[in-house]
Amino acid sequence: MGWVIKSTASALLAGLIFGGGLILSEMVNPARVLGFLDVSGRWDPTLAFVMGGALAVAGIGYRLAFLRGRPLFSGVFSVPANRVIDIRLVAGAVLFGIGWGLAGLCPGPAIVGLSTLNSDIIVFVLAMVAGIKLFELLG
Amino acid sequence: MTIAEFSWQTALLGGVLIGLAAVTLMVTIGRVAGISGILAATLRPSSSLPWQWAFVAGLLLSGVAVYWLYRPIELQIESSTPMLILAGLLVGFGTRLGSGCTSGHGVCGISNLSPRSMVATAIFMGVGMLTVFLWRLLRYGVGY
Repeated sequence: MGWVIKSTASALLAGLIFGGGLILSEMVNPARVLGFLDVSGRWDPTLAFVMGGALAVAGIGYRLAFLRGRPLFSGVFSVPANRVIDIRLVAGAVLFGIGWGLAGLCPGPAIVGLSTLNSDIIVFVLAMVAGIKLFELLG
Repeated sequence: MTIAEFSWQTALLGGVLIGLAAVTLMVTIGRVAGISGILAATLRPSSSLPWQWAFVAGLLLSGVAVYWLYRPIELQIESSTPMLILAGLLVGFGTRLGSGCTSGHGVCGISNLSPRSMVATAIFMGVGMLTVFLWRLLRYGVGY
């Protein structure tokens, strides 16, 4: 029971901070993301700075976490060990890239944006859930 | 549609918060903050874990707290409903097929120096840029 409470509190905090970062950096705004993806117009570098900040902190933070040997509340680090670049990875990234470019929304900002009850975001999230379920039906 | 001037300070600070969130999840329970994977897990209620629900709830609550108690959140969306549906289907299906999205591959995977995540991120960013380019060309013509 202790693990359930600790892991739930940790993940809730992580989700809150993550969402706060997406809101502060305006990555929840599809126009901001599309501005970054639109290299032929007035390019918006926001996303590059967001990625830069996130990678600097997580890159160093992960190293420090791994130095500790194990997480605070669990036995092992559960990090994907697969290093094979296969057709599923490539095809999945291509399909995701098309969807991302069409709407300027990816899963994190879509979930955060859902909290505003914006009808466009609701439509997108329902379709995204359908896409996830479709994959599980076929896979 | 006009958009506020870009601010590298808030962009960088927002990115730092995202990085801190990823580190929080790793330091405490040793998990990757991959949002598409965590969301997919919560959609399989019989096998999902409480922390996965808590993480999604945290994302939602951040929006609730800011939007309903503090200030508006700018959401500028030009896409038509059929386009949003198509985009959502592609994002949902593609992130599962490719085992990750902007958070899992783009932030966590690259921070973990995973070659898979580096390749996936390069592809979805490149394809995203190409998609925007082709769509705007189709819609507004050459020299839009």
